[in-house]
Parts: sequence; structure tokens; C-alpha cells
Amino acid sequence: MPADTNATTTGPAALQGLATEPGVPKPDPILVGDKIKRSFGGLTAVDVAHIEVQRGAITALIGPNGAGKTTLFNLLTGFDKPDSGRWSFNDKSLDGVPAFKVARRGMVRTFQLTKVLAKLTVIENMRLGATGQRGEKFLSALFRPLWKSQEDEITRRADDLLARFTLDAKREDFAGSLSGGQRKLLEMARALMVDPELVMLDEPMAGVNPALKQSLLGHVKSLREDGRTVLFVEHDMDMVRDISDWVIVMAQGEIVAEGTPAQVMADERVIDAYLGAHHDTDLTELDEEAVQAEAEAELDQEEEVKKDD
Amino acid sequence: MNWAYIFEFAITQALGPTAVVYALAAIGLNIHFGYTGLLNFGQAGFMAVGAYGTAASVVTFGIPLWAGLLVGLLATVVLALILGVPTLRLRADYLAIATIAAAEILRRIFQSVTFSDTFGGSTGLSGFARDFYALNPYTETVSLGFISFRNTTAWVLTVGWGLVLLSCLIVWAATKSPWGRVLKSIREDEDAVRSLGKNVYWYKMQALILGGLFGGLGGIVLILSQSAAVPTDFATNTTFFAWACLLLGGAARVWGPVVGAIIFWFLLNFLGEFFSQMTRGADPILPTWLMTETQASLIRFIILGLGLMLLMIFRPQGIFGDRRELAIDAR
Repeated sequence: MPADTNATTTGPAALQGLATEPGVPKPDPILVGDKIKRSFGGLTAVDVAHIEVQRGAITALIGPNGAGKTTLFNLLTGFDKPDSGRWSFNDKSLDGVPAFKVARRGMVRTFQLTKVLAKLTVIENMRLGATGQRGEKFLSALFRPLWKSQEDEITRRADDLLARFTLDAKREDFAGSLSGGQRKLLEMARALMVDPELVMLDEPMAGVNPALKQSLLGHVKSLREDGRTVLFVEHDMDMVRDISDWVIVMAQGEIVAEGTPAQVMADERVIDAYLGAHHDTDLTELDEEAVQAEAEAELDQEEEVKKDD
Repeated sequence: MNWAYIFEFAITQALGPTAVVYALAAIGLNIHFGYTGLLNFGQAGFMAVGAYGTAASVVTFGIPLWAGLLVGLLATVVLALILGVPTLRLRADYLAIATIAAAEILRRIFQSVTFSDTFGGSTGLSGFARDFYALNPYTETVSLGFISFRNTTAWVLTVGWGLVLLSCLIVWAATKSPWGRVLKSIREDEDAVRSLGKNVYWYKMQALILGGLFGGLGGIVLILSQSAAVPTDFATNTTFFAWACLLLGGAARVWGPVVGAIIFWFLLNFLGEFFSQMTRGADPILPTWLMTETQASLIRFIILGLGLMLLMIFRPQGIFGDRRELAIDAR
């Protein structure tokens, strides 16, 4: 993290007063993308002209079902290949960089459907997250003294994180026996073992019971306090309003608006994206052609939802 | 009915060279399937390549046996690379298809008339094992209580079980390490491992190579034990016997494949000899309308298959597997 020398260009504070146009430049972007396009057959899932994510802030990516949020996530992290487009992380291009290298550079994601390693214990899940392990090379793996000390240090770090995420009681349990919310916590904690600069959370609140939600919110905020950048996809508007410094709104593959949570929620374009452009107009006043076009667009969107699911 | 002989015969076979061969092949499959989740249905191909790499080097190209062994093992590594490069980026089933096809292609190449100058056609190759038996320290029949082995067999078994022990030691050390943790994680969920910065493709390749090497070692022990390399020894049923050994003993356990191989060959030979005695002679114990001598040699496979099915239903983790690990999958 760069030192906080100039409060107006770094961190979440610098986002105040920015224009709310899609793709607005940020004072200190960690992630910059250009003309990212991905289509599945005839359907354009993602068509982002420009996107920037501010360093040290929590940015939310919202949008109706099928808006292409998860697809954009997959593209940015190397889990999917775009038809065209460029993007860079810390000013280094991520063109054609495979997913595991993206993670090593400090950009680690979680998944919408949690991917805990069910038949490994919680602590083993955590240990896996550590990078640069000597014991992960086959020849040195055979000789325990070569990696024992590093393993101990990794275990200490893992135990600290487990305590922080209140999973220490589950240390020796198989990850498959955890509840949905605990899995989300474990996945987040495991991602931190990589020590990422940018944490990308895909629907961290999905399937989490309300009691756990508050603590999960706290954990996401604490990531920012650690000096990490957070980009997350979410449907839960309460969460978005509560913790995000900046909100990017996607609809039908494009970014339609950006802004602080308050700005975005008052933005006409966002309301249109969620509720349809004519949600407050009497339909009888519209000519038939417009209604027809509306219906077609809706059908398209439904198709997209199916694709996304 | 000679029960003592049935047991003696079955136990001799259960500790014999064939059991060693299948133990090694199943150890390889355990690395592939038990730890990494790779479906290799062509272990016979890896065995064949190890075996023929060694035999052809010595017989056809006239290099010493020790160098031939290196060639054989190197050949299994090459086979793993050839199979792995195109398929390991794809879903697991593609590797299964590619391996089973490759194993058959290899067997037919080794059997073919076209290459009979190199690989000996359907009669195979022989005369490469002299240097191996020259090292034999046993001069007489070795007796272990009520079973005994000829001196040449005893030498094969000493080396063979030694290799099994060494292989288990390597598997134990490797799978208890962070390296093994990555393999097991890949078995659970590749994408999760990728998202944590591990090169999944390369780990799968390492697993394919290591497991293939154990298979190649099995093939080499096989041809040394019978002083001949014959293509029919490497047919698809060889692969599936090795799979049966692995599942019987329990996958993802260090000793699972070894115990599985011993039990498998014990049962197969026990049942074979049992039914053979039941139907033998002018006045057999079983009436001929129920079972003839020819049928008796096949009924063991039916019973063993039934047994494997029951095992998979009532104890799917195998004899040594951990039930808790499996129960998690049932959700």
C-alpha cells in the first residue's frame, strides 16, 4: 500500500465528489479495465467500456440478475477468457494471465457457490492458501525437515485468522460439515492466507443467516482497515449501503452508473435498470411498439439469467 | 476336498509375484484417483510401456539391463506427458477415455506383425532377465512355514516387495506433505485451488507421472518374474484388476492398494481352486448339470464381481477407507 501522503487521492475518501458517469477515472486505481467483451453464442454477457477500482476502498458491483457481474469477475480473475479487452492490476497487464498467476499477483477471489474443500479439515483448508510453500515442491515434500518450520509458521498465521473469523472451534472439523455461513467465513479467511491486495468477493452474503450477516459485514470492513482493496458482488442492498464506499451498477453486461451508495440509489438509470424504464408510467400512454420492444428486452434478459445460472 | 491345499495355494498366490505387480499398479492408481481424482483407465498402458521399454532396450538394442530399466521408466514419463498435455486441462472423463484408448493402441503396437522385429509380435520378448537372476542370492527353495517359493521366485519377491515398501514410503511422505495437500485439494475442487494461486495443471501432471512410474515399475516386475514380455499381459482387464485391488483396499490410504492386491489375489485363487476341486474328477462333488469344470474356472469372477458390488454398497470406502470422509459427500 502506498503511504497516505495525500488524503485526496488515496483510499475511500478520495471518491467523494467524483462524477457518477460509468467508467469514471479514479484518483488511485488498483484495477483498470478497457473494452472488456464476452459473449456466449449470440448473447453479450459482458461489454464493459471502462472500469476502474479505487485502491483501499470497498467497491460494490451490483445489478439485476444476469447483468454479467459474475462473468466480469471470472474474466478479471482469469477464470474465463474474454473475446476482446485489456485490463491491468497495479499497472501490470493481466492479458492472458492464467487464474493461478492472477492470484499470486495479489488478486484473490471467492465464489458465489462456496468452494470449501469438503474432505479436508478447516485448518488444512487454511494452510493450502499460503503461497510460496517449499513443501509444495515434490522433491522437498518428501523430506519433512525441509518444510517443517515454514509449515509451523503458516499454521500460526492460519490459527490467527481462524480466531479472527471465529472458526477456531472448528479447526479440526472437515470443512464439509460447516454451515453455509461458516463456509463463507472459511473461504474469506482462506483467501487472506494468500495475503492479497485486492479481495474479490462473489456474493459474500448469499445463503448466510441474518445472525452471521453482521459479523460477516464487520469482517469485510476489517479488510479495508488492513489496507486491502475489496470488490464485491452483492444483491443485498442493506449490505451495499452499509459498507461500500463506491458502487458500480451493471445492467445487461454494461456499466450503467457509478457513485456513492446514496448517489446510486437515487440515480434514475439504476432504478430503470432494476425496475424497468417505465415502472412509473401508465402503460396505456405508451404506444404499442414501445411495449413490444420492452417485452423483447425482458425476454432477452430472462435468457441471460438462465445462462448465468 | 483338500482344504489345506486350497489355503496353501491361495496364500502362495496372494504373496506371489502377481500380487506384487498389482500392488504396484494399484499404488499408481491410488496417486491418480485416490489422491488427485484423475481417472486413469489405462494403467496397463503404463505397465506395458515400462515393460517393453526395458525388454526391447535389452533384447533388440542390446544395452545392459540396468540401462534398460531406466529407459523403461523414462518411457512411462513420456507416456504420461503425451497423455497429460492435451487432456489434463479438460474434465476428468477426457483423461479416462484417452488413457483407455492409449493402452489398447500400445498393446496392439507391441503385438503387431509390423513391429515384430522390435517388440517380438504376439510371442513377445525374452532373454533380458539373465542379469537380474545373476544377482540372485538364493540357491535353494525358500520356505516360510507351510508355504515355499522356488529360489528364483523368492528373489523376485524380495525385490518386488522391497519396491512395494519403498513405493509406500514415498506415497506416505508425499501425501502427508503440503504437496499432497494440494493434490487432495485438486481432487475436491480444482477452481478453489486455482483461486489460491496454485498451478493445478502442473500438479495434475506430476501426479500422472508419479502414478504412471509406479505402474511402469509393476510392468517391469511382471516381465522380470516370468522372464518374458508378452502383449496379452497388458490387456484392459489388467487395468481393471488393479482398480479392483485399489477399491477393495480403500483409495486415498497408503496401504490400501497393497492390502487390496493381497486380498484380491487370495480370493481369486481361493475361489478358483475351491471350485476346481468341487468339479474335478470322474465323480465330482458338484453334479455336472450344475457346473462343469470349464464353468468352474469362470465362476470365481462372478462371485468376486458380486463381492465387489456388495463392498461398494455397504462399505464404499473400501477396507481401509475413512467413513467420515465419505459421509460428507452424501449430502
